[in-house]
Amino acid sequence: MSAALSFKNPEALLAYAEKVKKYRQQRTMEIRVCAGPGCIARGGREIFSAIKATIEKNKKELKKKNLEVGVKFEAKCTGCHGLCEAGPVVTFEPSKLFYSKVKIKDAEEIVEKTVLNDEIIKRLLFKSCDSRGGDLIKKYTDIRFYALQTKVALRNVGVVDPSNLDDFIAEDGFKAFVKALTEMSPDDVIEEIEKSGLRGRGGAGFSTGKKWRSAKRVKQDRVWIICNGDEGDPGAFMDRAIMEGDPYSVIEGLLIGAYALGATDGFIYVRHEYPLAVKHLQMAINTLEKAGLLGKNILGTGMTFNLKISRGGGAFVCGESSALMRSLEGKVGEPRAKYIRSVEKGLLDQPTVLNNVETFTCVPAIIDKGSSWFASIGPKSSTGTKAFSLVGKVKNTGLVEVPMGRTLREIIFDIGGGIIDDRPFKAVQTGGPSGGCLPVDKLDLPVDFDTLSRAGAMMGSGGMIVMDDRTCMVDIADYFIRFLIGESCGKCVPCREGLRQVHELLDRIIRGDGELDDLKKIDRLCHTMEVASLCALGKSAPYPVTSTIKYFRDEYMAHIEEKKCPAGVCKSLVKYDINKDCIGCLICKKQCPVDAISGENKKLHVIDQDKCIVCGICYEVCPVDTVDIISGGEIVNRRELEVVNP
Amino acid sequence: MPKDRSEKVRVTIDGRSIDAEKGKSILEVARECGIEIPSLCYHPGLESFGACRLCVVEITKPGWEGWKKLVTSCLYPVEEELIIDTRSEEVRENRSVVLDLLLARVPESDVIRQLAAEYGIHDTSYTKREDADTCIMCTICVRVCDAIGANAIATLSRGPDKYVDVPDKDACIGCLACALSCPTNAIPFEEFVNGKRKIWGREFDLVYDEISHEPIGTPEQIDHFAEKSGLPKEYFLKSDKVRKKETAVTFARVQF
Ligand SMILES: Cc1cc2nc3c(=O)[nH]c(=O)nc-3n(C[C@H](O)[C@H](O)[C@H](O)COP(=O)(O)O)c2cc1C
Ligand code: FES
Ligand code: FES
Repeated sequence: MSAALSFKNPEALLAYAEKVKKYRQQRTMEIRVCAGPGCIARGGREIFSAIKATIEKNKKELKKKNLEVGVKFEAKCTGCHGLCEAGPVVTFEPSKLFYSKVKIKDAEEIVEKTVLNDEIIKRLLFKSCDSRGGDLIKKYTDIRFYALQTKVALRNVGVVDPSNLDDFIAEDGFKAFVKALTEMSPDDVIEEIEKSGLRGRGGAGFSTGKKWRSAKRVKQDRVWIICNGDEGDPGAFMDRAIMEGDPYSVIEGLLIGAYALGATDGFIYVRHEYPLAVKHLQMAINTLEKAGLLGKNILGTGMTFNLKISRGGGAFVCGESSALMRSLEGKVGEPRAKYIRSVEKGLLDQPTVLNNVETFTCVPAIIDKGSSWFASIGPKSSTGTKAFSLVGKVKNTGLVEVPMGRTLREIIFDIGGGIIDDRPFKAVQTGGPSGGCLPVDKLDLPVDFDTLSRAGAMMGSGGMIVMDDRTCMVDIADYFIRFLIGESCGKCVPCREGLRQVHELLDRIIRGDGELDDLKKIDRLCHTMEVASLCALGKSAPYPVTSTIKYFRDEYMAHIEEKKCPAGVCKSLVKYDINKDCIGCLICKKQCPVDAISGENKKLHVIDQDKCIVCGICYEVCPVDTVDIISGGEIVNRRELEVVNP
Repeated sequence: MPKDRSEKVRVTIDGRSIDAEKGKSILEVARECGIEIPSLCYHPGLESFGACRLCVVEITKPGWEGWKKLVTSCLYPVEEELIIDTRSEEVRENRSVVLDLLLARVPESDVIRQLAAEYGIHDTSYTKREDADTCIMCTICVRVCDAIGANAIATLSRGPDKYVDVPDKDACIGCLACALSCPTNAIPFEEFVNGKRKIWGREFDLVYDEISHEPIGTPEQIDHFAEKSGLPKEYFLKSDKVRKKETAVTFARVQF
């Protein structure tokens, strides 16, 4: 319907929205095939094509069943449904039926059985991990993962076809923008955002309303508005899911911001590795330019707003505000040291408002439903909801959104379903690579900006990495430091040299050469990095180390004093031994890549420690679990789960 | 932007009350009144860069209820009522760590060794870099070359592996500005070996003043300066001494 749309004024857009909604009321069934980051990698698009093709073949049949394609029935490809673990995901409306792990070859069966004959394919139902029995669940609304979430920023992701403006309009798209344009002054908009308590979702959690207000106060003709879609945290994909799955909401947020600030030009800075986000955003921009919602004389009101996409510089640090602006100026994307805020002197030294993708996506919801609605969600100082990408050793990995103030336990155990294989939970790292690791006794902390910072972690952009008992906290701290070494721009001494030396010191501990004094050195170094680094990358880089030293000091001490890695991870500190229960099956002997295992059939096997390279293959392949991990003279493998999750 | 000469702000540095020119950095103001703040990446002719973090100082204000903040003095502009401490314990602690880190990076640099010694560090507590040169990545060379307009020097790679190099050797004009502004003498060059100049792996001819026979510079350098300044090339073909002499003669003629 929307191919040649063009709206001359706000009323025309509202009238059209009514028309679309009315037309859609006829729809009695809709299939939503997930093509989010997780599902697309497992063939989501191909599944969609296969379903489409089958529908095409069965057109007559469908009409007979009162499911005329395009009117009463539609199949569409959407963004991430959230439960990526169960992908590829296919859902049905209005029945809320949820199919998981769908394969291309299931397409025909889905159309023939489920669509045409209301028959549920049991094999494709989601098996709950909440109970050990694994109940089959039909509706996604009955899956705890979904039932416990509140979607604001992700409201349309997985719901709309990102390439279809009608779909967006049917979900009240641009209603907020029209409201701002016709019922509110620019200052009203800023006041509303201020009152909502919205804080930036990109990391620092700065008040969005305040930021807008300060930019507005600067006496300058031009103000820039930029959306930060650089998302460089490993494992994080909230912004990607939004840009790919609901590009129109991001743009609507930018439009409202542009109206409030009087900005005529804006950019969306998209991470280099996100071609699909670029594609979907560009399609949306093109459509909106034709529709009279971008460019000159928007909706006939005289407002001008030109929006362009810029591809990121390909480095984590390019997401930092001053580096991003340099990169947009065509220079090397390195942070710039300055004590002038970018709301005063940002892009081309002109006032600039930079906000995160999720932040902008919250804006239309706030304008539409009101600041008091938003402020009523979550604690006073951290209002609204927050999207997280839940990854690591958790059963339900995926994209979740919860009200601020939910506890880590609720997110990891109730929504996330707990730890894989029901192993003991050990730590959760929040806030991206430079976030902190929190231990089991912090599980009941409410997740909000201030509580997390006080605990030595941070909200960051919303990455959440869950670790089980087989994670060595010294090793993990070093892992993040090594990531940051690769991402540091190398400009300032504390970050560049500091990271290198922290890594050297951690590496010594991991190798078993650590001394007590090393912890003091690390402490001192981390302090200087935190207070004296040039940008927030260096300032926050010590958190993985300081938080693990704070909460897992025993583990550091075990490495240093007993030369023992309690998790059995650090290679220099562990060895493998075959115990007397060995049945002599030869399997480990055959698989050992360096022929370090001797022993005959049905006789005890022995590992030659001089030859052994501690690869752990024997431990993995032993059918009767008789290979032990020894560290500091003790068996440290945790096969039996002595500790039950709290 | 021209600085408003008339606007002054009152600041306190190490207990001394000072009327400072608005727009200047703490470092500039401190140095003007003889208070020494160590620096490595600061260069008076270039925009402050804030990379070495050696120039850190602590600031506070009357309304801050004793709260203090560590800032880089080469960047932080003086403000009314600012109270600056250039020698507090926190300042010294962070400078020490920075110098200790630099000493691990360039254990052979006399400049860094001496600075570190002033902070009581005689040997680094960290792991020394292998095959270390004396570059501390202050990038003054890059910025000077950029200011001259030759743009021959760049930083390559990132993080701890970052290094300075001349990616396009042809762009170098052999002017020595980089080598002579390097605070740790990390850029080697040779002169007068067979009447040539060697820098960045390239060999340059030298042009001599016809009268005094002093070396003036490389032909590339003279061409570049003539082009950039719009002055006739002849102007650059004279040595400083000869030029001064000629100016004196001209003035003598004008005056008498
Ligand atoms: C190393 C580094 C990387 C960052 N990467 C991102 C990013 O990918 N996306 C983002 O929105 N903010 C990122 N930030 C935060 C931005 O500097 C900035 O605070 C944010 O975009 C402001 O938007 P907000 O107020 O809506 O959060 C990063 C900061 C640092 C120091
Ligand atoms: S990508 Fe399909 S559920 Fe996330
Ligand atoms: S002199 Fe100020 S940071 Fe180097």
